[in-house]
Amino acid sequence: MEQIYARTKAIQEDKVSGFCPGCMHGLVVKLIGEVLEEMDLVDKAACCLGIGCCGLQMDYMAYDNITSPHGRACAVATGIKRTNPDSLVFTYQGDGDFASIGLAESLSAANRGENISVIFINNGIYGMTGGQMAPTTLIGMKATTAPGGRKAEEHGYPMHMCEILNQLTAPVYLERTSCNTPANVIKTKKAIRKAFQNQLDKKGFSLVEIVTSCPTNWGLDALKSLEFLEEKMFPEFPLGVFRDR
Amino acid sequence: MTRVFMKGCEAIAEAAVRAGCRFFAGYPITPQNEIPEYFARRLPEVNGTFVQGESEVASISMVYGAASAGIRAMTSSSSPGISLKSEGISYCAAARIPMVYSNISRGGPGVGAIQPAQMDYLQATKASGNGGFEMLVFAPSTVQEAVDMTYHAFDYADRDRNPVLILADGVIGAMMEPVVLPEMKSEEEVRSIQEAKRVWACVGHKLDYPNRAWIEPGHWQTSDMQRANEEAAALYKSWEKDVQVECYQTEDAQIVITAYGISARIAKSAVNLLRKEGIRAGLIRPITVHPFPYDAIASLDYSRVKAILDVEMSIPAQMLQDVQLAVKDRCPITTCLCSGGNIMGREMIIDAVKNLLK
Ligand SMILES: Cc1ncc(C[n+]2csc(CCOP(=O)(O)OP(=O)(O)O)c2C)c(N)n1
Repeated sequence: MEQIYARTKAIQEDKVSGFCPGCMHGLVVKLIGEVLEEMDLVDKAACCLGIGCCGLQMDYMAYDNITSPHGRACAVATGIKRTNPDSLVFTYQGDGDFASIGLAESLSAANRGENISVIFINNGIYGMTGGQMAPTTLIGMKATTAPGGRKAEEHGYPMHMCEILNQLTAPVYLERTSCNTPANVIKTKKAIRKAFQNQLDKKGFSLVEIVTSCPTNWGLDALKSLEFLEEKMFPEFPLGVFRDR
Repeated sequence: MTRVFMKGCEAIAEAAVRAGCRFFAGYPITPQNEIPEYFARRLPEVNGTFVQGESEVASISMVYGAASAGIRAMTSSSSPGISLKSEGISYCAAARIPMVYSNISRGGPGVGAIQPAQMDYLQATKASGNGGFEMLVFAPSTVQEAVDMTYHAFDYADRDRNPVLILADGVIGAMMEPVVLPEMKSEEEVRSIQEAKRVWACVGHKLDYPNRAWIEPGHWQTSDMQRANEEAAALYKSWEKDVQVECYQTEDAQIVITAYGISARIAKSAVNLLRKEGIRAGLIRPITVHPFPYDAIASLDYSRVKAILDVEMSIPAQMLQDVQLAVKDRCPITTCLCSGGNIMGREMIIDAVKNLLK
């Protein structure tokens, strides 16, 4: 019989992921694995993991990875890529990691135009630590550290990383995608491929921001989370290509 | 072997390059700016990479990345910057990543004084970050020693897969002295050192995943974490053989000075002057401040030694705690201290010794 689908070799055969039901981390990690395999890059991949739920893939993927200090993945990637330009170096970071504690490292690596690829998971919340407010938490959205919901006067507004990075001259590719529908999953996969291809072409800094759900900490079931993405997250974080040079 | 006249900071950087260091990331801070500046000029000449990080936090993370990719890598800073680096230092120690860094230390907590001091002893030797890890810590008292220590630090780091610290101060960093520079490692040697680390380096591996690189500064499983901590503890224990100490004129000494780094250099000349006056003074100088040479101090003949004088450019005294552990109340210990960026005076030490003999 013809085999038309197989699990990517970039995921270890005997492992299961530790992600919650309805979480999109597992899906994105699978897409990364598939892209690496299709581009014949699994052997060259060096993944700089952020701290957070993203780190749950470390025992599960088959490619090389290094756990970065919380927020410093772009700096760690800088060190690896500058000294080993033949490796395919990418970071995989959550919104607390990339946009809060790691803001300086993220902006500075982008501003230097480091030839790395960033996969940035924006789920609007701190997942791993149990639902605290993130820089991307929506106005009015409840978090354990903003029990009355995020208030602009007190907490400021959600941060739009693609738009912020789009102010810099150096980045070559900035796209915001999601994984809520099959069409968007295909778009996300294409975006990841593009971010990796840019690195192979020595173009410079590429970022794919993926707006995902966190049913556990949003307090919604998986289907309701998809609705929440459409109704609340996308109006705040519009999907699209912000830059493609 | 070439003999040149060099500033301490620049000599440290040149020694690192000669040892095969091909990556440096750092952030400006006095009194060690000459280290990143020298690397910025020098590394491109040997196909190395210099990055000015956006902070010390970022710089040490870059070094963590480069060293995890198998490169001999270094960073440097001074006291407040070292505190910021402690996150990445702890990660390197946890993941057992070899790298070298220097602290050209300055005065006081907080932003402190930009002038030389020895205010970071306890941080350097006991807790350079969270988690109870340990490192070999070398304390040079001359520019030559700073050069030799930096050169060999990379070998120790690779041997142990652990960070190594060069704990110097603003005097060593700014002082110019004649030095003999060590042999420049050939490109082949540098490459073969890097090649040997390829097995575990995070640069991409064939899909036989038991052998792929996992750089793990922590573990999900408590049993794995305990095992990693036990392995590290066994390494630290093995360092007894690496203790280095200079015992100067201690055989018949009635007053023994304990001092490290630049204070020890000044104390040594005080000992020479005291001896000219017939006063039997001696000096014990820890060369490795971690592991600390407890035995050299513990094995003194306390029927002869009247007192120990601990000399440090630190208020409060810090190394004193280790000296006390070694002496165990067998004789009185007094201190001769200055701080805040003031440099120890030879006369101060001489007076303190004479006072003890009164
Ligand atoms: C220096 C430091 N501070 C705080 C933490 C605790 N911590 C672990 S994960 C995390 C939040 C991660 O959130 P995010 O980046 O949004 O990723 P997610 O878990 O949502 O995927 C925090 C604060 C830590 N590990 N290190």
